[in-house]
Amino acid sequence: MTESQTSTRIAPGTRPGDAPLLEVKDLHVEFRTKAGVAEAINGLNFTLHAGETLAILGESGSGKSVTAQTIMGILDMPPGRIAGGEIRYRGDDLLTMSEESRRRLRGGKIAMIFQDALSALNPVMPVGWQIAEMFRVHHGMKRKEARVKAVEMMTRVGIPAAEERAGDYPHQFSGGMRQRIMIAMAIALDPDVLIADEPTTALDVTVQAQVMRLLKDLQKEFNMGLILITHDLGVVADVADKIAVMYSGRVMEAADVYEIYGKPGHPYTQGLLSSIPRIDDEGGRLRAIPGLPPSLTDLPSGCPFSPRCEFATDRCRTERPELRLIAEGHLSACHYAEDVYAGTATRTQRPSPTGAGMIPVSEEAPE
Amino acid sequence: MTRYIIRRLLQFVPVILISTLIVYALVFAMPGDPIRALAGDRPMSDAVRETLREQYNLDDPFFVQYAKYLWGIISAGDFGTTFNGRPVSDLIAQRLPVTATLALVTFVIQTIMGIIAGILAALYRDRFFDRFVQVATVTMVALPTLVIAFLMQLVFGLNLGLFPIAGINDGLISYILPALAMASVSTGILARLVRSELLDSLTSDYVRTATAKGMKRTRVVTRHGLRNSLIPAVTFIGADLASMMAGSIVVEAIFNLPGLGEQVYRSIQAQEGTVVVGIVTLFVIFFVLINLIVDILYGLLDPRIRYE
Repeated sequence: MTESQTSTRIAPGTRPGDAPLLEVKDLHVEFRTKAGVAEAINGLNFTLHAGETLAILGESGSGKSVTAQTIMGILDMPPGRIAGGEIRYRGDDLLTMSEESRRRLRGGKIAMIFQDALSALNPVMPVGWQIAEMFRVHHGMKRKEARVKAVEMMTRVGIPAAEERAGDYPHQFSGGMRQRIMIAMAIALDPDVLIADEPTTALDVTVQAQVMRLLKDLQKEFNMGLILITHDLGVVADVADKIAVMYSGRVMEAADVYEIYGKPGHPYTQGLLSSIPRIDDEGGRLRAIPGLPPSLTDLPSGCPFSPRCEFATDRCRTERPELRLIAEGHLSACHYAEDVYAGTATRTQRPSPTGAGMIPVSEEAPE
Repeated sequence: MTRYIIRRLLQFVPVILISTLIVYALVFAMPGDPIRALAGDRPMSDAVRETLREQYNLDDPFFVQYAKYLWGIISAGDFGTTFNGRPVSDLIAQRLPVTATLALVTFVIQTIMGIIAGILAALYRDRFFDRFVQVATVTMVALPTLVIAFLMQLVFGLNLGLFPIAGINDGLISYILPALAMASVSTGILARLVRSELLDSLTSDYVRTATAKGMKRTRVVTRHGLRNSLIPAVTFIGADLASMMAGSIVVEAIFNLPGLGEQVYRSIQAQEGTVVVGIVTLFVIFFVLINLIVDILYGLLDPRIRYE
């Protein structure tokens, strides 16, 4: 580690192959707000290898988008501030390298797809121009040459009549096609790491599947490490290899996709999984996790999930559980992770009988 | 697009007809006898007065006067003559270059200063330069052109002796002070507009995308941020250029520039209806033309706008 730290100025790609593609270590990000300092990310750790898909799962405010923006280096600072940690790309710390070397990596080696392509694409530039810009700026290509490459990329992501449509503007495309253009732009320079921040949230359900399939195919083709940020458990199940569940800026649980779905080792993950509506469970009530996530400016001293957890004890409310290995390749930040994992945890508080936190779905639901 | 332009040009006809009618009516309604005003203190025989009244159709009812005036323009391109017997079109041709130069110099000054000040204020938000621009622009917008004009004359003309304070005998440099006076309010407004628009677009998603694409900061700001924030600025600059003609009346009078504005000012005093209507009609045509150009430019800058 010290060896790579002293040689951060060496061009990326010269690292020996043993360093992981992307390694996030003890990352802390804060926001200065009027209400105080909000700890958006509190000691985040994960690694990503080539060809691997890591899904970062969490509800709004869990810090998943901030994670993506911090890795990309597009976090608004201020009010954001990186309070500590490392983000290593092939061993080189992105946070300590010069802004110029970081800019070269950005877009070229580490690329990002945004949630809403309509607002993320420049409304007054033709889409072909926007894709071609990647080749012109990073590879110094001439306008014409870059345009040819842009049309190639558009064809690759499945845009019909790409040659004619390269001169069209973002508003002239459908939502799915726009997201494909976003993808074409992101993968234009064959990046090693692709971060997709809620790539399908703004799309129709039918189009969602097509876009996810495209992402998956491209990932295989280019052997990219894919970080998929989402709150949609359905999207994750199909494509992810590993899942990290985030809550209040922390990873609550991390494991491979089968472990998470089959044997969740954290009450929060359990709650998320049981809140998925099931088609074979008609007429019942949709289960939801009662309560709301804690305010990031005023986190509880113990486990951040303890106020909403049905297994919480006094220990949970005072002592913060660290992320630890509870089974082969399975990490959880819960004092009672083994019991939860084995299904033997004891309930200490029940969801309130009045149905707070329970969303009725049947017709005869009370008001 | 062509159809749109043709339709807009056709819309000019009623606009020009109505505006000339209003101006004509206003001149007609002015109290006093223009012929007597022309004569001044000198005595004038009844025969001469009658001839003049006849020549300028002054005894006809209002609408007949107006119809004769319009017919003259349409049938022979005749905008009438001044009381001295000089064709109005001739007068306009002589004075137009002065006003055009003044407008152009003003336009260049306010566009460059306003946009640059706005960009720098946005990029150095809440720092000293931004605060300075904020205070300076409020002052510029709050002070009437009239006050600024006299201040310019006093400080730069008399005290510092840098620029001439009246006339156009020194060439382009004579236009600097009047142009600065005329540009002041609009520069302030434009700087604030560009600042807020640029700040808006710098926090937008597509600018964040441009950064994520690995573009250099200057490219992000100019090609993505500025390109979008200039759309409203162009609208303002256009509308302002169009209304600059009216502004020229005050400024040309103060700086004694022999332009169209100063002529209107004098002709109103002399009740020379044909001159006033002729020049004001020119102002109106210029106004609607500029507006058409702005609308077309707007569509070129923002592809989301369609011409129906």
